Amino acid sequence: MCLAIPGKLVEIYEEAGMKMGRIDYGGTVNRVCLEYVPEIEIGQYTVVHAGFAISIIDEEEAARSFEAWREYNDAALRAGPYRYGKAADEEEGQR
Amino acid sequence: MKFLSEYRDPETARRMLAEIEKIVTRSWVIMEVCGGQTHAIVKSGIDQLLPREIRLVHGPGCPVCVTPLETIDRAIEIAGRPEVIFCSFGDMLRVPGSNRDLLTARSAGAEVRIVYSPLEALEIALNNPDREVVFFAIGFETTAPGNAMAIIQAEKQGLKNFSELVCHVLVPPAITALLSSDDNLVNGYLAAGNVCTVTGLGEYEGIAEKYRVPIVATGLEPNDIIEGILMVVRQLEEGRAEVENQYVRSVRYQGNIPAQEAVARVFEVSDQKWRGIGMLPDSGLRIRKEYGDYDAARRFAVTDFDVNEPEVCISGTILRGLKKPDQCPAFGTECRPEHPLGATMVSNEGACAAYYKYKPLMAS
Amino acid sequence: MSDSKNSDKAFPGFSCPMPILNHDTVQLAHGSGGKLSAELLDKLFLPRFGNDTLNRLEDQAVLEMPEGRLAFTTDSFVVDPIFFPGGNIGDLAINGTVNDLAMGGAKPLYLSVGFILEEGLPLEMLHAILLSMEEAAWGAGVKIVTGDTKVVPRGSCDKIFINTSGIGVVPDGINLSASGLKVDDRIILSGTIADHGMAVMTSREGLSFQADIESDTAALNSLVEDMLLVSRDIRAMRDPTRGGLAATLNEFARSSARGIVLEQDKVPVNRKVQGACEILGIDPLTVANEGKLVAVVPASVADDVVDTMRHHPLGREAVVIGKVVKDHPGVVALKTGLGVSQILDMPVGEQLPRIC
Repeated sequence: MCLAIPGKLVEIYEEAGMKMGRIDYGGTVNRVCLEYVPEIEIGQYTVVHAGFAISIIDEEEAARSFEAWREYNDAALRAGPYRYGKAADEEEGQR
Repeated sequence: MKFLSEYRDPETARRMLAEIEKIVTRSWVIMEVCGGQTHAIVKSGIDQLLPREIRLVHGPGCPVCVTPLETIDRAIEIAGRPEVIFCSFGDMLRVPGSNRDLLTARSAGAEVRIVYSPLEALEIALNNPDREVVFFAIGFETTAPGNAMAIIQAEKQGLKNFSELVCHVLVPPAITALLSSDDNLVNGYLAAGNVCTVTGLGEYEGIAEKYRVPIVATGLEPNDIIEGILMVVRQLEEGRAEVENQYVRSVRYQGNIPAQEAVARVFEVSDQKWRGIGMLPDSGLRIRKEYGDYDAARRFAVTDFDVNEPEVCISGTILRGLKKPDQCPAFGTECRPEHPLGATMVSNEGACAAYYKYKPLMAS
Repeated sequence: MSDSKNSDKAFPGFSCPMPILNHDTVQLAHGSGGKLSAELLDKLFLPRFGNDTLNRLEDQAVLEMPEGRLAFTTDSFVVDPIFFPGGNIGDLAINGTVNDLAMGGAKPLYLSVGFILEEGLPLEMLHAILLSMEEAAWGAGVKIVTGDTKVVPRGSCDKIFINTSGIGVVPDGINLSASGLKVDDRIILSGTIADHGMAVMTSREGLSFQADIESDTAALNSLVEDMLLVSRDIRAMRDPTRGGLAATLNEFARSSARGIVLEQDKVPVNRKVQGACEILGIDPLTVANEGKLVAVVPASVADDVVDTMRHHPLGREAVVIGKVVKDHPGVVALKTGLGVSQILDMPVGEQLPRIC
């Protein structure tokens, strides 16, 4: 349950006294309530569920787990393109 | 998309699966309590790629599925009132009550609108001051903060025409109930990553200790799930029973405190009935008295519904992992996604629906 | 009330100035057959669709037909919202019927158009819709030769419904049918999926998205013509509209009693569309397309067909996405990124955004 998708904060604004923001998910932008991540800054990634940002993605931790995966994964490049669901990165590249 | 596609890379998946195969020495039963994980597992076929020793059991991880029939009947009754605009997440629209669902109610004249966020329902209330706007506030701990915020905002803005029909369920009491039953056969748990993002991990420590089960907070992408399984298996093989965090990019030990505070402000813990399981003590949330004006169940005096689940349905046994969906006599015949008999077939996330949709292809 | 005004509110596709009419909105009398009907016809419809056949204003169109078998199809369009990024109900109604003809290998020739208008519909909106219908018909090379307009009281329909029927001619030697699939045939998809459905869904009122996802609505007949020049042995074509690619492949499998294997990784999805699908919890395989086709072709010509398609603006991303197999007759198997095969079922009902 609880579909929650990571996106990047591109704008912060206030609406009816609430901290709100616009989150970009690879081109689709959505209005999201930021009340539960008051310390978030533009450019950070956040996990969004039903219109609410519920956490700020810890990029260091994420990078650490990729590092661990890479050890499992030295042959990843040989796996070839993986288009379905991955189209984003092919255009976006690494940040 | 960043932080999404990396977690779907098949090569990483294969490597981790190989690692699981390497370390596993005996049979283990692992339960995930997250419909999103159930969906990802069957959709990507993880269950078919695991070594034979590992059996995955799909627990009661779908709030849509466990919403009791009478709550849906109540929703349909409220939605049918001429003054009401009934707002719901898309998930609930096709879930049948005793004899119809919200989509059918809509075709019979009820104004039912799909919203993506509770704040959209609030906006509808603001734009329709002469109508009663009722939001169907369902979900686990992940969704509760948003539903709480809608009520806090409604109060702040003095909105008199907004209320929520609440059916909130909590994960740890369900896990505890499953673990304390005599026929429990689950050795380890994947905890729902997005639930833990809100609640933190503290509550799970007592459970892991008391019942001697590893619990790993796990994300929802295929590689998250495989890594979560790997972490559980590693603990089991090493004889450990700890709470670990696979979903480190989002879950902090203490959880999301502002979100927890908002939930505690608006809601209080209550006994809650789970479809397919029954009444579980302290397993749900209800609106506090102070916010009673926003409680649709109070605002609209609704009669109590007397409902009966079909006898043939074994969803309770499936939710506890005692049976697999295809062991049910009604599976795929009398009970199908377009005509569900019980909790586990009603939503995409339910174990039976997921099984039905992605059942492994029988090679002929 | 003769102060008909051309407000600044522009509708997508609106480029010609709005003719001066006695009303701003559609009146019940516009469908009465009387004076207002005539005004609507003379000032709005004929200037857009006018051609020799239509201008005769008889009760029927009498048509010259070239040699060949007749293809005949009909479809009704009720999309909400009626304007969405990349198109509106007007071009959709033209392209949809043109495509239904083209999928049978027919050269589309003539269309009928029936409008059901809701009383109160702004005439400016109707005008914008007619303009894009004109453009779409011109682009597809079809003539609108007969039509009808009815007006219903407010609340009896949602702004505007359009029915289009179409007639085309199938050249000799072309026999496209979903029943004709053979083992080892290749399945070709002309481009990215789910664009139309997600464009419409993300522009619906209430869902607070800015997706800039454009509908792929387009007439595919010229692409089909190019493909048939490469090979007349193309077995079948369909445009995966409602129910998306999943529904179309299931139709193929059932009609032919063959199995189909779809390689999930091969299916192209536009980045923004993928994002929107993720947020709303929707599987792109089940989402509608309005300018894409799926073709089943013998393996021997697959590469040539794909190559030709890629030289056409509507087939630039054409790709082989799967094949016909003798196993599991009537069933579509989806091969996932992890190499597991699963059944891809016919989607159940309308796609609803979900949070779980």
